[in-house]
Formats: sequence, C-alpha cells, structure tokens
Amino acid sequence: MADFPILSVMLLVPLVAAVACLLVEAKAARTIALIATLIDFVLGALLWANYDIGGAQWQFVEKVPLFAGFSWALGIDGIALMLIMLSVFLMPICILASHSIDKRVGEYMAAFLLMETLMIGVFAAQDLFLFYIMFEAGLIPMYLIIGIWGGADRIYASYKFFLYTLLGSVLMMIAMLWMVNEAGTTDIPTLMAYDFPVEAQKLLWLAFFASFAVKMPMWPVHTWLPDAHVQAPTAGSVILAGVLLKMGGYGFIRFSLPMFPEASAHFAWLVFWLSMIAVVVTSLIALVQHDMKKLIAYSSVAHMAIVTVGLFAFNVQGLEGTMIVMLSHGLVAGALFLCVGVIYDRLHTREISRYGGLSINMPKYAIFFMLFTMASVGLPGTSGFVGEFLALVGIYQVSSLVALVCGTGIILGAGYMLYLYRRICFGEQKNADAAAMPDLNRREFWMLGVIGAVVLWMGVYPESFLAPMRADIAALDARLARARPAGDAQLIAGQPQAAAQSHEPAAAHAEGAH
Amino acid sequence: MDWLQSLRLVAPELLLSIAGLILLLASAWARCDRDARVITWLSVATLAGCAVLVVPTLWSGAHGPETLAFSGLYSANAFAAFAKLLIYAAAGASLLVAPAFFERLGAYRPEYPVLVLFAVMGMGIMVSATNLLTLYIGLELNSLAAYVLAAFLRSDDRSAEAGLKYFVLGSLASGILLFGISLTYGFTGTIDFAGIATALQGGLSTGATFGLVFVLAGLAFKISAVPFHMWTPDVYEGAPTPVTTFFASAPKVAALGLTMIVSLQAFGTQVSAWQPIVIFAALASIVVGALGAIGQTNLKRLLAYSSINNVGFLLIGLAAATPQGAAGMLVYLTIYVAMTIGGFVAVLMLKDADGNPVEELADIAGLSSHRKVLAACIAMIMFSLAGIPPLFGFWGKFVVFQAAVQAGLIPLAAIGIAASVIGAFYYLKVVKVMYFDEPANKAVGQSDWIHQALLALCALFISPAGYLLTKCLGALAATAAAVLFHA
Repeated sequence: MADFPILSVMLLVPLVAAVACLLVEAKAARTIALIATLIDFVLGALLWANYDIGGAQWQFVEKVPLFAGFSWALGIDGIALMLIMLSVFLMPICILASHSIDKRVGEYMAAFLLMETLMIGVFAAQDLFLFYIMFEAGLIPMYLIIGIWGGADRIYASYKFFLYTLLGSVLMMIAMLWMVNEAGTTDIPTLMAYDFPVEAQKLLWLAFFASFAVKMPMWPVHTWLPDAHVQAPTAGSVILAGVLLKMGGYGFIRFSLPMFPEASAHFAWLVFWLSMIAVVVTSLIALVQHDMKKLIAYSSVAHMAIVTVGLFAFNVQGLEGTMIVMLSHGLVAGALFLCVGVIYDRLHTREISRYGGLSINMPKYAIFFMLFTMASVGLPGTSGFVGEFLALVGIYQVSSLVALVCGTGIILGAGYMLYLYRRICFGEQKNADAAAMPDLNRREFWMLGVIGAVVLWMGVYPESFLAPMRADIAALDARLARARPAGDAQLIAGQPQAAAQSHEPAAAHAEGAH
Repeated sequence: MDWLQSLRLVAPELLLSIAGLILLLASAWARCDRDARVITWLSVATLAGCAVLVVPTLWSGAHGPETLAFSGLYSANAFAAFAKLLIYAAAGASLLVAPAFFERLGAYRPEYPVLVLFAVMGMGIMVSATNLLTLYIGLELNSLAAYVLAAFLRSDDRSAEAGLKYFVLGSLASGILLFGISLTYGFTGTIDFAGIATALQGGLSTGATFGLVFVLAGLAFKISAVPFHMWTPDVYEGAPTPVTTFFASAPKVAALGLTMIVSLQAFGTQVSAWQPIVIFAALASIVVGALGAIGQTNLKRLLAYSSINNVGFLLIGLAAATPQGAAGMLVYLTIYVAMTIGGFVAVLMLKDADGNPVEELADIAGLSSHRKVLAACIAMIMFSLAGIPPLFGFWGKFVVFQAAVQAGLIPLAAIGIAASVIGAFYYLKVVKVMYFDEPANKAVGQSDWIHQALLALCALFISPAGYLLTKCLGALAATAAAVLFHA
C-alpha cells in the first residue's frame, strides 16, 4: 500500500473513463461513468481506511519533477481527505441523477468525469501551480455542462460563471508567481510555514481573496451562483453546490490562513462584515423566491457565510465547525438539489407554486425532503447542527455581535426552508398534474437514501469525520496563534472560593491513584 | 574571417536562395496543378533541409565571434537558430495547406511556394542581423514577397485590396524604420548593434531617442502592436487563408525576434528608455486586441485581433528585459505559432457542402453536432488562446508573467492578466456558438487529409500533453535567449 500511487490512480481512472465515454454510445457511456466513479469511491474509501490518524501530516505523498516550473506533487492531510471523500461520494450519485439527460450523453459523462479528476486534483495538489492548473481547468467542463445541458437561460449563466471565476483567479496567479519568486519553492507545505513580510501579505491575501471569495461565493460577488445553479442540470447543481463551492473554503484554509496569518487577522473584519451582510441579505432574498433552485442557491450563500466567519474566528472550534459545515452543506445542498431534480423530472418546472401537497402522493419523497430540510436548518441530530453550532461557538469567542447576526441566519434559514417545505409538501393538492406524480423509484430512493444516512451519521457521531482533521486543524491553530485577534468578551477572573482549594489535593490524589 | 567560413555560416540562407531560384526557373515550365504541387513539396523539403542545418547551432548554444559572418554583418547564433526553426515550421505548414485551397479556385501557381521561400530567407536574415542594414535588407526581402502573397488571388477584390493596403502601410512603416535607422546612425556613428550599445552606454541624446522611437515604431508595425495594428484585420481577412496562416505565424516570429535583438542588444544599454514604450504597446495591444475582437463576425478578423492580443502578452516578456523574459517570449512564440496555425487550418477546414470556404462565425453555429472532432479542436485552440489551464496556451502566459514578476513589474503583470479576462470573452463566444447554439448545418464539407493531420498535430501540441515538453522547450529557449545577453 505504501508505494502504490493511489492519488494518481484516483486522478487517472475518471480521466481514462472520460476519454472512453467520448468514443462509445449513450448507454455504454452511462455504464462506464458509473463504474469509474464507483471505482474512485472505493479507492477513496481505501484512502480513508489507510489514512493514519495521528501519523504524518502529509500522507500518500507522491512527487515527480515532470515539468519545468513545478512538479507533479500530490499528498493529502485530513482536511483534503475529507473533501476528497465528499467528491468521490457525490460523483456516482451525480451520474445516477443524470438519467434524464438524453442528448450528447457521452460528452456529458466525459465532462463530469473530467470534473471529478480536477476536483480531486485540487484537493490533492501539493504544488502551488499544479493546484492552480486544476483549480482553473475546472472552469472548462463546468462551462460546457451549464451551456450545453442547462436550462433556457443557460448561455448567460455559463458566461457569467466563467468570466466571474476567471477574473477572480487571474490575480491569484500573479500573487502565486510573486510568492514562488520570494520563497523559492512551489511546495505548498513549505509555503504554509513560510513567513512573508506583513505588508506583502496584505496584497497577497487580497489577491487570493478575490479568487476564493468569488468561488465561495461571498456577498457581493455571489450573483453568478443563483444563475449558474438555476440553469445547470441537476447533477451540475449538485457538483457546484457540493464540491465546487468548497474549493473556496479549502483555499482559505489551505492558503490564506496559514500563508498569511497577519494579513488574515488584519482583514478579518472585512470578512466578518461581508459574511454578516450575506447571512441576513441572502436569507431574506431566499424567503421571497418562487424558484426552488434559486431558493436553495441563496441558502448556499448564507451557509457559506457561516463558513467564512468560522474560518476567521482563528480558533479550533471555528475551524472544525467550518469543515463540518462544508461537508454537511456539500451533502445537504446536493441532496436538496437532487430533491428538486426528482420533481423537476416529473413536471418540468421549478416554480414552487406549481406543486403542493406532495406528502399525500409522494410520502417517501416527503420524508427525505423533510430530513434534508431539517439538516439544512440545523436540527440537532443532523450534520447541519454540528457544524453550525461549532462555527458559532468559535465566532462567539471573538465577537458577540458577529455571532448574534450570524445566529439569525439559522432562524431565517428555518423560515425559508420550512416555508418552502410547506408550500411543496403540505397543503392541498391544488394542481392535478402535481398530484398525479408517482413516488420515488428505486434509483431515486437509493440516491437520497445514502446521502440521508451519511447526514445522520455526521449528525450523531461527527467524531468519525473530525478525527482525521483534528491534528491538522490544531497545527493550523498553532500557526495562527501569533496573529489571533483579541476577543471582545471581557472575561474577569472571579475570586477562587475556599471550597475550591480543598478540591485540589483531592484531585491530585485521584490523579495519582490511577 | 575567410569566405568559406562565412558561406558555411549562412548555409541555410544559401540553400534557400539557390533552391528558390532553381524552383523559380522550374516554375516557368510548370503546366498544371500537379507540377505546382511537386514544387510545393520540394519547397517543404528545402525548408526541412534548412532546419537540419540550423539544429546543431541551437543545440550547441553558439554565440560570440565565431558565429559572425561577412565581417560581422550576420550572426548564425543559437537565438537565430531557434527563431529560424519556428519560421521554417510555420512556413512549411503554410505551404502544406495551400494547394488544396487554391486548386479548388483554379488559382494555384508554383510561384506561391517560391515566394514563401524568398520571404523565409528574408526572415532568416532578419533574425540573424547584427547590423541595422542587414536588418533592413532582410525585412524588405520578406515584405516584398509578402505583399505579392497577400494579393495572390488576382481575380479576388478582397485579396487585391489586402495586398494594396499591406503594401502602402508596409512601405510607410519601412520608411519610418529607415528614418529611425538614419537617426540612430547619425547620433551614434555606427550601424553595428554592438557598436550602438557601446555608443549609448553614456546616455541617450535627443536625436538617438528619436532614432530609437522611430525604429521601434517601424518594428511595431511589423508585429502589429497597438497603435500600429490597423492593417492587421483587413489584411488577414482579405488575404487567401493559407497566406493569412503564413502572415500570422512566420513573419510574426521574425519581427518579434528582430524586435528582441534591437531592444536587448542594440539598445540593451538603455533599457529604461524603451521599457515604457514597450509597456504601453503591450497593455494597449492586450486591451485593443480583446475589445476589437468582441464585435467581429468573421473568423479570420477575429483571429487577427487575437494575434494583436497575443503580441501584447509577448511584449510583456520583452518589457521585463531579462534573460527569463526573453526565454519566456520564445516559449510563448512557439506555443503561439502552434495555436495560430491550428486556428487558421481549422478555418480552412470549414467548408459548406459545395466546398466553398466558410468564414463567418454564425455559419459554424452548432458545429459540434456534425463535426465533433473539428469542433473539439477549435474549442481547444480557443481555450488555449484564452490561456485557460490545462491547455498549453496557459504555459506561454505563465512563463511571460513569471518573468515580469521576477523583474519586479508587478503592476504590469496584474493589469495585463486582468485584461486577459476580456479576451476570454470572445474566445468563449466561439465555443458558445459551436456548442450551445442551434446547428446552422452550413459547414458540412469534408476536408483535406493534410489539413486534418496538421490540425491534429497542433491540437496535440497544445493539449495538456504539451506540458511534458516544458523542460526541453524551456532549456532550448533559455539557451537561445542567453545569446542576446552575452555582451
């Protein structure tokens, strides 16, 4: 196992399958795509099983100096591992969810498989420029997915997606060139420990911020997201919400925070303000949407704002919470888009008012939709709760105001999600065609079922997911310690009471007795 | 320096001129298309022979006095060898695509390959120049052949117009260049590049500044950098497509090589004098090239603006004025030549059912539904021109911007790369038209196998597989660029 280049194989399998999909006809392409993504999922599971918790920070490292300016360097830590798991878990589901695609199936599957390669590549890259290439290359398949298989207004959405994200990333390119010139290496782990001059950090931070903020997306550069989501085919939305948005958060946690700690502290308030505005504004916008996908898209922006405040809380709770919110949102938003896709395939509309009373004719669907709605709201027992709670605890240590404002996001979230659920599943069956829709078939049941199981698993026992990341987050926290801003809670140590003293020897005694 | 030694050094040019003259003579007896084809193939073979002759020079990294021929008028160094290899490859490709295009119009003449050979010889002299007069002779030899080539379709109004425009504006530029040369000579007392560099070491007099500005303006015309770019779209559109393929590739390499020699060698001691000019031309070319392309409906005009845009990126490497910048430019040029040839060959392959060429953007709507491979190749070229990784076009931009950042020109790099997003818009538009729009079913004609093979070759080069060449390409470019910095 030690010498097996598992990460390269994981990159190669979808790539080869993508080429194969281009050469065969529709039915075979579906099969090839499903098999390839399942192989990658199995490899991912092997990766997790062999990941040595508490071992070296970077594992499964591969390094071949293939190119002139950089090298083929791969390797993962716990954070990357979890995000890779998320990608390989969602991909087979996306392929299954693409049942209703009937034009250019081979090319569609090829685009998705290429996307999978690039997503894994982004999370596994240990070379700055390899990361950039993977990060940027993802634009091409996504542009084609939205543009060819998207909805009515797909062309505008595809342009907006491409140009927005490209403009965000090109400045990061210049920043990377400067960093490599300064530090003399393209190796990400080395750069994570390199101390750049504080003044330079600020400019570099802004350049990286431009890229990640667009990808994330943060208010006010989020406007590409609702368009892209609404126009993309169901599986495209799942990948967008499930994995692509996580690249922004991953960027912050891998680059902005460890490489520029001082600048991150300097700009933390910028992030907080943008996030606070995002939580409130996009939640309110979500409340008044008539289009299901748009509503979920705006809710994604609000959830991502919780991610950004958690990241810039500069403490372990905030960082751990952030990671769980990202994983949870990847699953839950993905599942919600699948839920939309299920009824869209039947009625071909995303208008909320065209549905109603679905719990009567689609009870299984209503149960799953309820589960994911609750997870999105953050009900205890679901993954959403764990992440949001931790992130808010983290931020509360820094600023009560930010915690308060972001806390309203949960209330507003409950508002728009439950309102959505009521309009779709409860009430009268006022539309005959909606009332005649059949319940989930077996394929749809399993798609939603597995995601639901993981959402509950993460809600009940988040330790499975936190354990691999714990050491890495602790390392990041230690790196950030020197720049950590003071919290606004003015804690005053109370007078120790007499009784407390008598406890101490007893406690010491108890320790010794063990 | 004995004559034999000199003749040995100019062997590629010698071969080209002898072969060109013999083929010219032979073409007087050529009767039919088949004869013209044979002459074309012989010309390609000549170019291949020249390439074989220059490879050892590049490999050994030759520079210094032993490369000088004819008392220092001409230098067969590694830089010239690199540029010549690119020129030969580009010219060879333009020759290969020509017969199929012209024969359909019944307009193929054996003079076409001969003219290309003479133009190539001129370009070879340009990049080997060590002297302002050698430079001018090479430039004019190239230009005169090029004017005739632009008007090659005598019965076609657009081609005649292109030829005339190119001739009038080209002569004006030559005049400006000559004026600059005379001023430089007047104020430095020499026409030798090394001599000029020595003479300017102390400082730049007003007259010499004017000389520098005029020389650069004349060269900017040849590389179609803004603000001397106006002729490019008209000439590219009007000239027959194989000729446009040639114009957009080989002379660009030669003129840019020449610009590098003049800036970095002759005026190498006065970098601060020309750097602002180059920076302005770079940014203006990027922006104008990108904005100008947005409204274009003709593919050839669009590619013309794209070439203006690309020249802007190349000039960023020149602005750095470092060996890395020069090497970056050479790498970019190599990739640019592949993308340009690929792009124009793809345009050549677009034909309607009767075999008439299709050049309008609207006509390739939905191309991906009936010409899958062709559409995929064009899409790759477009994404590559836009500089989106993992296509190889990204690498060209990468090395150039890397050099600019290393030279401390961070604002230039930031503005330049941000402006490249404007360019991405119209490259995306081509992809959008081919993939997202309803099929117009216009470009359905079959294409020639030579075109297919060339396009496949270019596509392979700019595909991610191209990255495996980065080491070798980078090393060769660095060897070649180092020549310019050996004082």
